[in-house]
Amino acid sequence: MRWTFSDPVVRGVVYQVLMIGLVAWLVGWLASNTMHNLEVRRIASGFGFLSREAGLPIGDSPFIDYTPERSYLAALLVGVLNTLRVAVIGVVLATLLGTAIGIARLSRNWLLARCARAYVEVMRNLPLLLQLLFWWALFRESLPGPREAIRILDTFFLSNRGFKYPLPVPEPAHAWVLAGLAAGLVAALAVARWARARQAATGAQFPAGWAALGLVLGCPLAAFLASGAPLEWSRPALRGFNFAGGGTLTPEFAALLIGLVTYTAAFIAEIVRSGIQAVPHGQSEAALSLGLPRGRVLSLVVLPQALRVIVPPMTSQYLNLAKNSSLAVAIGYPDLVSIANTTMNQTGQAIEGVAIIMAVYLSISLSISLFMNWYNRRIALVER
Amino acid sequence: MTPMASAPAPGHPAGATSPRPPPGGPGGGPLDWARRNLFGSWASTAITLVMAYLLLRGLWGFFSWAVLEAVWTVPANANGQPDTRTCRELKGTGACWALIVEKHRFIFFGTYPYEEHWRPLLCIFLFVALYAASCMRRFWNRNLALVWIVGLSVIAWLMWGGFLGLPYVENERWGGLVITLVLATFGIAFAFPVAIALALGRRSRLPAISTFCVTYIELIRGVPLISVLFMASVMFPLFLPEGMTFDKLLRAQAGIVLFTAAYLAEVIRGGLQALPRGQYEAADALGLSWRLKTLLVVLPQALRLVIPPMVNSFIGLFKDTSLVVIIGIFDLLNAAKTAIVEPAWQGFGVEAYVFVSIIYFVFCFAMSRYSEGLESELNQHRRR
Repeated sequence: MRWTFSDPVVRGVVYQVLMIGLVAWLVGWLASNTMHNLEVRRIASGFGFLSREAGLPIGDSPFIDYTPERSYLAALLVGVLNTLRVAVIGVVLATLLGTAIGIARLSRNWLLARCARAYVEVMRNLPLLLQLLFWWALFRESLPGPREAIRILDTFFLSNRGFKYPLPVPEPAHAWVLAGLAAGLVAALAVARWARARQAATGAQFPAGWAALGLVLGCPLAAFLASGAPLEWSRPALRGFNFAGGGTLTPEFAALLIGLVTYTAAFIAEIVRSGIQAVPHGQSEAALSLGLPRGRVLSLVVLPQALRVIVPPMTSQYLNLAKNSSLAVAIGYPDLVSIANTTMNQTGQAIEGVAIIMAVYLSISLSISLFMNWYNRRIALVER
Repeated sequence: MTPMASAPAPGHPAGATSPRPPPGGPGGGPLDWARRNLFGSWASTAITLVMAYLLLRGLWGFFSWAVLEAVWTVPANANGQPDTRTCRELKGTGACWALIVEKHRFIFFGTYPYEEHWRPLLCIFLFVALYAASCMRRFWNRNLALVWIVGLSVIAWLMWGGFLGLPYVENERWGGLVITLVLATFGIAFAFPVAIALALGRRSRLPAISTFCVTYIELIRGVPLISVLFMASVMFPLFLPEGMTFDKLLRAQAGIVLFTAAYLAEVIRGGLQALPRGQYEAADALGLSWRLKTLLVVLPQALRLVIPPMVNSFIGLFKDTSLVVIIGIFDLLNAAKTAIVEPAWQGFGVEAYVFVSIIYFVFCFAMSRYSEGLESELNQHRRR
């Protein structure tokens, strides 16, 4: 066999070698430029800077006891946790709000359907960053200062410094309450599984939902009472120009959360609407003619089928929400990007900073995709 | 009242969206219509009343803030500075549109030389004309590409100047709405060929090429745009050989192109996959080479299929350009943000953002309406 260029196999090999060569050359060229530039600017590359003292104050760190004396690594960890906090709460709230609006868009009530449609159109056609800045400006400009704070029962305070609420002072016994909650969750899952198996075997129904609710609430309560009910509240109180004590929802967090939730909910609403519309009308008619009440038609017949259409695009909305939480940097919420940005400015370690941001977001994206793919497989239609 | 009670019969869109009256329903006057669509049941009546109350209150509140109580002009004080006392005395009960009256040129054109403002203004009209021409189906042919090349060149000449009698204006002085249009339009125009290459590469049978394309696409789609912009603003200077520099706007534009190409590639891949196999096989049977097959058979059909999702990508990109605020580029949103930095205008963020929202909304809403209309038009042959 002669080697000619008209042989597709030969051509394929040649193209691929060319491609690999080109990419390798490009990467090598960029790397050598970078090395040279770093040398000229006297920037030491590597992640050694992570253990240095950060010296950057972070206003909002609900999970870690952070002080500016701690290392850059701790600061970045606070950032990651803050990103995860807003992403997790945001995903849950956006799903609830989006589903409600999606169902409202299909309502037979003309006014409700129209309002839902207007909401979706307005939210989808404005940049998220603009919405975040808008909410932030609204909170700062229209809420009173701490001294004139709106007070509710002298326990909750709303001012331009945020929403203050009382918080229980941590006690060692509270670990038992958490253990009780975990035990309750496990027991609830076990009950649900047993009830499903029994219904499949005998047809007898068991109120698993109420039992699960009782277990999830009852177990921690029992643990709390058994450990002697130690409870002391740290109440917010005005000291000088600001509040001390209690917990805080900062205006930055609130603006970011509200912005992300209301924006993503508009997209989720459209997904839910098209998912429900994709279920043939005959399905709900058949369920109604079997005598199922309207609520159960939706929960037993329509939603399980709609979910198959809904879940894949929903996954990408969750990914978007997680990635969009990076816009926090614009309004000063200390998320990963904002802290990494400050770190880059302070240390000059731009490559490492951007690499950390990308690595963390890639891991978050990958985790969400893996979880949603698992869920998608679980609810997928089992065919013959 | 449960939300279920108001839930529609799934599968039936709201009456407003269906062109025909529901079968079996009586035709006739507005009273019948209201009885059916607003007061169909107790739950529906309750929803109508509550929504109508909230809507009227909200709209009245907005009207009174934006029109009745608003301040349209403010006098200048002794130093020639605007005197915003009348605005501040309203304490948020009325809008201070004097800000927009005073700053609208700044919001539209940024720090572009005042006498040359006609140039960016002409560019804005040129952009709109280009969009409008691309929307008309009778212009969908080879000449459209030519029109775009000529149009974008004229815009570049108008903005930069430097020859044919126009004084040169450096990039640093560009700003406002025109930057948003430049970033979005040039972004999609340059990303388009890259995206076609990536999409074809991803479907290639040559493992080296498809691996490279898949890695690139998934990597970019897994990270937020802001991290790509950070990369463009802090890492690009390190990548380039010493002495070779781009200014910030071009770096951001490059980052946006790289980012958009990955998303657009996935959209185009959808079109490539939707094309029936027979088309590929028929082209092979005619003995067309890969290049001719792709250019004459595959791409013309595949790209036509994905025009509506491409318009949606463009809307997304248009909104996403606002993120350049974070790396300090002077787009529409940043101009609004900067307009309220001046002490006299501090605290009027809501007015500035509402004004900018209207501009964004007009562009995005027009495009999304067009994309919806086009989608149903192009899908007509599939409907029965």
